[in-house]
Amino acid sequence: MIEFKHITKSFGEKRVLNDVSHVMEAGKANLIIGTSGSGKTVLQKCLVGLFEPDSGEIIYDGTSFTSMSQEDRKILRQQIGMLFQGSALFDSMTVEDNVKFPLDMFTRDNYKTKMARVNEVLERVNLLGSNKKFPSEISGGMKKRVGIARAIVLNPKYLFCDEPNSGLDPQTSMVIDKLIYDITQDYNTTTIINTHDMNSVMEIGDNILYMKDGKKEWSGSSKDIIFSDNENLNHFIFASEFLQDAKQMRMMELKNKG
Amino acid sequence: MNFFTHFGQYLLMLKGMLSKPENPKLYWKEFAHQCSEIGMRSLSIVSIISVFMGAVSALNTAYQMSNPLVSKIIIAQIVRDTVILEFSPTLVCVVLAGVVGSKIASELGNMRVSEQIDALEIMGINTKTYLVLPKILAAIVTIPMLVILSMFLGIYGGRLTVALSGIISTDTYDKGLKLFFIPYNVFFAMMKAYTFAFILSSIPAYFGYYVKGGSLEIGRNSTQSVIVSCVVILLADYILAALLL
Repeated sequence: MIEFKHITKSFGEKRVLNDVSHVMEAGKANLIIGTSGSGKTVLQKCLVGLFEPDSGEIIYDGTSFTSMSQEDRKILRQQIGMLFQGSALFDSMTVEDNVKFPLDMFTRDNYKTKMARVNEVLERVNLLGSNKKFPSEISGGMKKRVGIARAIVLNPKYLFCDEPNSGLDPQTSMVIDKLIYDITQDYNTTTIINTHDMNSVMEIGDNILYMKDGKKEWSGSSKDIIFSDNENLNHFIFASEFLQDAKQMRMMELKNKG
Repeated sequence: MNFFTHFGQYLLMLKGMLSKPENPKLYWKEFAHQCSEIGMRSLSIVSIISVFMGAVSALNTAYQMSNPLVSKIIIAQIVRDTVILEFSPTLVCVVLAGVVGSKIASELGNMRVSEQIDALEIMGINTKTYLVLPKILAAIVTIPMLVILSMFLGIYGGRLTVALSGIISTDTYDKGLKLFFIPYNVFFAMMKAYTFAFILSSIPAYFGYYVKGGSLEIGRNSTQSVIVSCVVILLADYILAALLL
């Protein structure tokens, strides 16, 4: 579980995060949604320590991350996996070496054990057979899957995903969403996903934080969204007429189910 | 940002890279890789420059020696001293500031822009130690070796020229090389080589590591790093000459 309280962050005169507090739960897909420039990525970077918040506190399972020493943060970070928007794979390494890199750096396992683990996670993301390919030789969806494999190879307690579906077709997006969701449930990971993808919101959104202009505007689950009367949230989620119709249908469906 | 902000950030980067490696074996591997990238890949350009540098130096000296009372054996002495004192350490390092410096800046810049550095940070790796330190150490180890090689090739280039153009015989040239040789000059040249190697690797590393923006900024920072490295090398050249000679 990751809890953050009263997070504030400014860049120069511009306040990007304004007193944001929320709890990200373990074993659930925690989504941060909002329009571009609402502060999602800055919030996520504050949570992993790439940015220092100006004020507020971040707590990882009862331990304050904000007041941790650099050495303690380094240790904690070994329990964090992150999937970047552009995958951030190491260009000079093959798929296999990219996934093996955290094992090489942080474990003393022998080559055989490491390769068994690499193949296990590559199989998990359905990429077995692409071991020797370089990032430049694989598609965007495959890069995301390699990114996921690298993020989970050390069995992290916390998984961060920044726009995992950006630039992907709807079908591949669903595959990636399902993969992240399955990993979250199988390993009881605290997963935090920044997304714009409405399909992801409705399909895997267990705990959703909606941000607007650097502030927490709304929070709840994908089911709560349907019945929410927050105007900003409704405008953001159900932007088109098609989606508004879909919302009405879903509402009726859920009401009929009781 | 003004000069002092950049300089302060540069010093902090140097301080930040002095931490205990997470896995020394991987750091050693990265260091060996950088030695190959910086040293081996610069070998051909350094060899070509050095031979021509020595050759042109010999021809220029011979051209300017119009006085028949001065022995032509002095050509070898002048070639030797100019190559050892100035051409090999300074000129080669200025060229390497372009070749190696732009490579370091663009490599780190690309890693920064494509979030590869962030990915390493998230894993709990000190990126300054893992990415910057091996490059600087590799430059400090390999560039003085290249400078030594350049000295030999420069002097050999001069020998080749005087022999081919018939200015003096190779025997006379060889005798001239041994004339009034001061070993301290080699020590001075090596001091310059170590200093310049540090400058031409750490300044581009700073420009690459802290790049902000996209591919345009990578190119801009890379060019800027080469310019700053060259100016600092020339400044350091003057200071070392004033202090050590």
